[in-house]
Amino acid sequence: MIKTKRLGVREKAIISAIFFSLIVVLIMIAGRLIPIESIMTDLTNINQAPSADHLFGTDWVGRDMLLRTLKGLNLSIWVGLLCSLTSSLIAVVLGIIGPIFGGVVDEAVAWLVDLVMSIPHTILVILISIAFGGGFKGIVIGVAATHWTSLTRVIRAETIQTMESEYVKTAYKFGKSKITVCITHLLPHVIPQLVVGTILVFPHAIIHEASVTFLGFGLPPHEPAIGVILAESMKYLTSGQWWLAFFPGLTLIALSLVVSQLGNSLQRIFDPATAYKI
Amino acid sequence: MLNSKSAVSYASKKLLRLVILYLAVMILTFTLVQMSPIDPVTAYVGTSTKVGAEQRALIAEKWGLNEPPLTRFFSWFTNMIQGDWGESFIYRRPVMDVIGQKFGSSVALMVVAWFLSGIIGFALGILAGVKKGKLADKLITGYCHILISTPTFWLGILVIIVFCVNLGWFPVGLSVPIGTLASEVSIMDKISHMILPALTLSVVGIASICLHTREKTIEIMESDYVLFAHARGESNYSIIRKHLLRNVSLPAITVQFLSFSELFGGAVFVEQVFSYPGLGNAAVLAGLRGDMPLLMGITLISVLFVFVGNAIADILYFVIDPRIREGAHEK
Repeated sequence: MIKTKRLGVREKAIISAIFFSLIVVLIMIAGRLIPIESIMTDLTNINQAPSADHLFGTDWVGRDMLLRTLKGLNLSIWVGLLCSLTSSLIAVVLGIIGPIFGGVVDEAVAWLVDLVMSIPHTILVILISIAFGGGFKGIVIGVAATHWTSLTRVIRAETIQTMESEYVKTAYKFGKSKITVCITHLLPHVIPQLVVGTILVFPHAIIHEASVTFLGFGLPPHEPAIGVILAESMKYLTSGQWWLAFFPGLTLIALSLVVSQLGNSLQRIFDPATAYKI
Repeated sequence: MLNSKSAVSYASKKLLRLVILYLAVMILTFTLVQMSPIDPVTAYVGTSTKVGAEQRALIAEKWGLNEPPLTRFFSWFTNMIQGDWGESFIYRRPVMDVIGQKFGSSVALMVVAWFLSGIIGFALGILAGVKKGKLADKLITGYCHILISTPTFWLGILVIIVFCVNLGWFPVGLSVPIGTLASEVSIMDKISHMILPALTLSVVGIASICLHTREKTIEIMESDYVLFAHARGESNYSIIRKHLLRNVSLPAITVQFLSFSELFGGAVFVEQVFSYPGLGNAAVLAGLRGDMPLLMGITLISVLFVFVGNAIADILYFVIDPRIREGAHEK
């Protein structure tokens, strides 16, 4: 007990960051290792309530829900990674070119943020998904195109602050080009924000992906996605198979909480205000 | 004091911005729908083979599908402005009619949820802020963080499982009972079918208003004037009533008006899960069946809805915050 008391904010943050990233990596490995054959239909074991053999129960053709859920989470992680990386790429580009070019460009960026934020995200993701023909491509583009706005604002504010510093002004006076200033002075400053922002977008991305897939605009029904599992479970609600919906949704929430805890821990490590506090 | 001239210039600037933004939304919507691989003629006639290639060509000709995109956009745009929003393929009625009919039930659902989430979220936020660091605060903030990560539709499914299937308090789905005409549904029936969707939708909105109110409460409770009030010997109750509530409630109301976009997004899922006959349900159906006129119409209406919320929030800011008033005055 004495030992834990000595841990500072920084140590605790590092430990929890390692712990939470381990969980994510474990799910990814588990999802890879589960062969698709193990999720076989087993008609002798249909509609089993959760038990020691099948922790999450089985579905109407006897597939083990725990394995299906793990497979679905694995897919969620990949889609979420792709979406959050894309949206943070958009955010970092727009968030930096706005202030560095200023004037019309900056206003255009601010305006673009307003435009995307004015359409309810669900509707916009549906529209984009339809525009790109649905499926994997549609959902990834749709979710990525709607989740960059708040991170862009954060990075833009950070860049504006950095640009007012003496060393950026001096660099300009020395005749450094905008690109050089951007790479040597501005980008390094936003990296912590960018890493944390990307991780914090991730939970939103996986939840949105599952939601839109649930509505029928995302991943196709043959994919083992959480959204698909939950959409199927709707048919069996009235017959009392609550475990079909309960556990997959709960694990999805748990995953998104784990990832946002990871983001918060990293934020504590990066932020000078909390990084060295004992 | 409120200067009428500055108010007018502030309002007209905001209005111009909204109009331009709305035009951009229209262009974006049109472009996205144009990009989609869905063939409007196939969506209209269905996949039946009774309609031959010649007839398809005729329909395409009549609709002007062979025109260049820009011409099509302008003819669509002029029609939209004149109030002709096209005809829905699914309902075989003008889009305006369909939206007009569905909008009422959606708005009823959203208004109830909006008030509920506002009141509950505000109360919880005050409680958490005043009891900062205590057990109540930890419970409430933890609860909010879990809520943020909870998909709306999953919550809806759980609510159905608990209240409809296990407890049997409410019927499952369908706001119009089977075998009765939509016009014969009594108001009590409608209300009893709205309780669960409205509750689910309100739970989703609680988190953001609660966390915002908590931040503001903490800020105010640590301010000098509250410290001074303590020093004067004012009771906690009187501080909360006189200093806290007055300062927190208006910003909270503004935040609540800014949440219209999330409210609409949440309503789509809630309506889908509970088969509630509103705009969100119609939007999903339109999207799945390729009914583009209806989907575009609902998109534009939803954006208008969001804009109304933002405009009210802007007006409230203007009325509440002297700094914005002064700023508008200076310019």
